[in-house]
Amino acid sequence: MIEVKELNKYFGDLHVLKGIDFNVDESEVVCLIGASGSGKSTMLRCLNFLEMKNSGEIKLKGESIDPNSDDLNGVRQQVGMVFQHFNLFPHKTVLQNVIEAPIQVKKISKSQAKKEGHELLEKVGLGDKADVYPSKLSGGQKQRVAIARALAMKPEIMLFDEPTSALDPELVGEVLQTMKDLAQEGMTMVVVTHEMGFAREVADRVVYMHDGKIVETGAPKDIFENPKEVRTQEFLSSIL
Amino acid sequence: MYLGFVTFWSGFFQSLIESRDVFFKAAQVTLALTAVSIFIALFIGLFFALLKISNVKPLEWIANAYIYVVRGTPLIVQIFVFFYGLTSIWMISGFWSVALGLAFHNGAYIAEIFRGSIQSIGKGQTEAGRSLGMSQMVTMRRIILPQAFRRALPPLGNQFIIGLKDSSLAAFIGVQEIFALATTRGANTFDYMTWLLVCAVWYLILVFILTLVVGLVEKKLAVSD
Ligand SMILES: Nc1ncnc2c1ncn2[C@@H]1O[C@H](COP(=O)(O)OP(=O)(O)O)[C@@H](O)[C@H]1O
Ligand SMILES: [Mg+2]
Repeated sequence: MIEVKELNKYFGDLHVLKGIDFNVDESEVVCLIGASGSGKSTMLRCLNFLEMKNSGEIKLKGESIDPNSDDLNGVRQQVGMVFQHFNLFPHKTVLQNVIEAPIQVKKISKSQAKKEGHELLEKVGLGDKADVYPSKLSGGQKQRVAIARALAMKPEIMLFDEPTSALDPELVGEVLQTMKDLAQEGMTMVVVTHEMGFAREVADRVVYMHDGKIVETGAPKDIFENPKEVRTQEFLSSIL
Repeated sequence: MYLGFVTFWSGFFQSLIESRDVFFKAAQVTLALTAVSIFIALFIGLFFALLKISNVKPLEWIANAYIYVVRGTPLIVQIFVFFYGLTSIWMISGFWSVALGLAFHNGAYIAEIFRGSIQSIGKGQTEAGRSLGMSQMVTMRRIILPQAFRRALPPLGNQFIIGLKDSSLAAFIGVQEIFALATTRGANTFDYMTWLLVCAVWYLILVFILTLVVGLVEKKLAVSD
């Protein structure tokens, strides 16, 4: 589904991604773990071109994407993104948040968009909040709306950047449950997370990043129970 | 002394009441001048605000030059330049040349208000829009501007009030608005003080109404809070 080769990214002189090779298969759930500042967010943001790579190749469904010539808006429609701080549109109701892009970008009819929007809200357990403004929601509800909003574009793959890090502990579970349901339906997902329980249970593969490089990758069981690299061992023992 | 005081104020109230019809007419001219100029200024302001945040250097320079000129020269000079400039090339009334002059003037301040409010909307909003496949244009129009406009309302209301009061300068090129009427009356009756105060009362009423309207709009837009 996604193939990344020799990806390099600089912020000025700062070399943030140092030759990343990374693949995600269809319906695979990959969890990205690593210390803060190791480049996880940047990596994720390169995948939907919110950040532009400096060198390397990014392929989506077998096709290499050139930010200069390809239609990035079209690419981004296929790659949903969920942010740590939700980034809901505060001036729109929950339903309006969900139907905005399908109507504006995909040009589907308002009635169709609303119908699909309501279904998605039901799915994330917020059917009764359609006409409420985001300011009235808890963090967990906001994040579930954000997930529904991304799903409304019917993406091929979903990227999550620490979706539960800004939540009160008691609200983490509902968001993780929504993500689990999504994984079970076969959605391709890349999840940056510090929720090791989630990674262990849901991920097909865990990728450990350190200092702009992928240090180790493997099945959750292998990574968590007997990591090969010393750095991975150190990281895991520091957080568990 | 006491008697003089009483005579003056009773004369003032009498004048205020007796002249209400003509001043009401003049107030309509003031309001029309303000409404037209502010309406045009909103578009000018939005246009130059977008130039300023375009990240295209020459466009930013154009916007900066415009704002610099407006800020750096007296409004009365701008109005006269518009009046003489426009009326010499165009069959245009005094009213419209002042309206355009005021629009040109207020546009610069409104540009700064819009620029500030647009930049105050977090980067996350743009990223959310773009990540959903929205173009930069659509993101600006549907996500950023509605929020920015709401944030701009209090300073915009302030600018509207300034614009309303500044429209009094139209008197200097013969537009029959409130201030022009008051000075004419003052000259005819040799009683400037009474008529200036009548004029002040009318401005206070208009500002009061304008403040009310802006407050209502703010309230209406605050439903999402
Ligand atoms: N927009 C940016 N400008 C400059 N430096 C940045 C920017 N975004 C991230 N960085 C830097 O890049 C490095 C990696 O950041 P990030 O990808 O956010 O890491 P992580 O998500 O793993 O915590 C950090 O050193 C961070 O300070
Ligand atoms: Mg991060």
